[in-house]
Amino acid sequence: MSTTIQPGVGTPEKQPVLRQSKPGSGAGSATWPVRVVLVALCLLWMIPVLGLLINSFRTRDAQFSSGWWSAIANPLDFTKWTLDNYVRVIGTEDAGVNMGQAFVNSFVVTVPATVIPILIAAFAAYAFTFMDWRGRDIVFIIIVGLLVVPNQVALVPLLKLYGSLGINGTFLAVWLAHLGFGMPLAVYILRNYMAGLPRAVIESAKIDGASHFTTFWRLIMPMSTPALASFAIFQFLWVWNDLLVALLFLGRGDNTIATVALQGLQGQTGQGRELIPSAGFVTIIVPLIVFLSLQRYFIRGMTSGAVKG
Amino acid sequence: MAIKLANALLAIVGGIGGAMLLFWILNKLSESLKGKWEDRVKPWAFAGPAILAIGVYLIYPAIVTIQYSFANEDSSAYVGLRNYTDLLSSADFRQVLINNLLWIIIVPAATVALGLGVAVLADRLRPRGEKSVKTFIFLPMAISMVGAATIWRSVYEYQPEGSPQTGLLNAIFGLFNKGPFSWYQLDTLHLNSLFLMIILIWTQVGYSMVLLSSAIKAVPEDTIEAGRIDGAGERMIFFRIVVPQIWGTVITVFITVLIGVMKVFDVVYVTTNGAFNTDVVGRRFYNELFTDGNNGYAAAIVVLLMIAIVPILIYQVRHFRAEEANR
Repeated sequence: MSTTIQPGVGTPEKQPVLRQSKPGSGAGSATWPVRVVLVALCLLWMIPVLGLLINSFRTRDAQFSSGWWSAIANPLDFTKWTLDNYVRVIGTEDAGVNMGQAFVNSFVVTVPATVIPILIAAFAAYAFTFMDWRGRDIVFIIIVGLLVVPNQVALVPLLKLYGSLGINGTFLAVWLAHLGFGMPLAVYILRNYMAGLPRAVIESAKIDGASHFTTFWRLIMPMSTPALASFAIFQFLWVWNDLLVALLFLGRGDNTIATVALQGLQGQTGQGRELIPSAGFVTIIVPLIVFLSLQRYFIRGMTSGAVKG
Repeated sequence: MAIKLANALLAIVGGIGGAMLLFWILNKLSESLKGKWEDRVKPWAFAGPAILAIGVYLIYPAIVTIQYSFANEDSSAYVGLRNYTDLLSSADFRQVLINNLLWIIIVPAATVALGLGVAVLADRLRPRGEKSVKTFIFLPMAISMVGAATIWRSVYEYQPEGSPQTGLLNAIFGLFNKGPFSWYQLDTLHLNSLFLMIILIWTQVGYSMVLLSSAIKAVPEDTIEAGRIDGAGERMIFFRIVVPQIWGTVITVFITVLIGVMKVFDVVYVTTNGAFNTDVVGRRFYNELFTDGNNGYAAAIVVLLMIAIVPILIYQVRHFRAEEANR
């Protein structure tokens, strides 16, 4: 077996991620107007987030008596700052819903719905890449087509079916739904990646007498780590940020997740309204961390041409 | 709480363990077959569970949805084309279609244009600057539409006249003694829809920028150099040399955003819930299905959406085939 390919390093992806400019292609050639425009754009992009972040630490009185920007002008007025919003939003039901619990529920929904499809998709991708069978190409073409089909197409019968099975409102209902809805993208990303792996490695494994099962576990899975990671991030963000599936199949009871809880808060007019910004941050913090720390894999998945309907 | 966590843990362990066991058994079963049959059955043992999941959760329900679209509200009797004629003849639903059309016209084009702009400009910065600019613009992609709508409250919020304005936009208008406006209720020229679109565009430009930026960097330097030698100006080089070479990526981005826009739901549901003439197909679908419990209308709306998606589906399959041919 060739030793040049190490598990997890074999990246057949053509273009490196966030590639730095080639020398002489104009890197550093930005004129001042260009810089000003870019800085302005970045500010414009981040101002709404900043507004929410600031408000999430302001007292109710401060939030409703002045705009969040006035806190920047007067940052040392400690009577206006508070951590109370976070304490209340996570620990109590002052906002009508306990975000701490919803946050935990989001994890309970997201982690299994991310991890379980990977193995199933990886086996399928292996069959689509390294095995010859009748119907292979047509089945894969159908999967490619399904990538652009919105999952709304499945919701009417599913809601009815789940109702008659009595699993509406359970985690199982959402896990399975996300397993099914995420499957075309998972198979597509993994198969595209595996198709780029050097065939010689697989051939030599075959000559050495390794079965498909062994080749899959020993060679292909370790070599596909970047693609597995790409899909895992996509699916994690997709499930965590999902509103529609959770609204339909989990609802607003004890099992409600963060996005649904945050949506429910939006209509709040009286008591609890000051908790919306902190609830917002509780909801978006996990995806932000995942995204920032694993940006590389995320972008790799995106540039591999994945589209999700 | 502890029970839930235990449940989740059980689901992970059970799900993964179960899947491993399943594949092990399927593999053993297919290996027990003789000669050619093993090679015939094994692919289905490997791909079967995934195909089953797709069949059960997408293909079969899609077919049932088509069936339901010709049936009454609790899917107990066929009503022919009534759902479609009802929907398409109601002025209300036609307005929903027009709104969706506006989203389709504005959002993908704006997303591509802005993403391209940032990609081109940031390309001229030194690597470190380029990377920070990209991270800022890209960040909203990780945020849910519910989160994004919450974030944009800090810009769009409205307080009645006389009280201090807490939304940035009204505060700025206030400086010029204009307003305050309740932005989400402002349906002249569909301005409120436009404000909602801005939220979606805000989350999507990063995606467009990253893809277009990597396409721009893949444009061979010598084609640009050749243009320069022939005396082409910067603008000419961009539109005549760079753009044609990145056109494939432009289409990919456009289509991806387009699909997202056609089924847009979250942002409208969270902000206006379709009021003030901002309703779109995705939210209307949810309303028919869940709030009004009308399976017939909901299914018919989805079928209309599917029909609209068909050209994209054909393009997607063709595009994939062309790419495979190049492998």
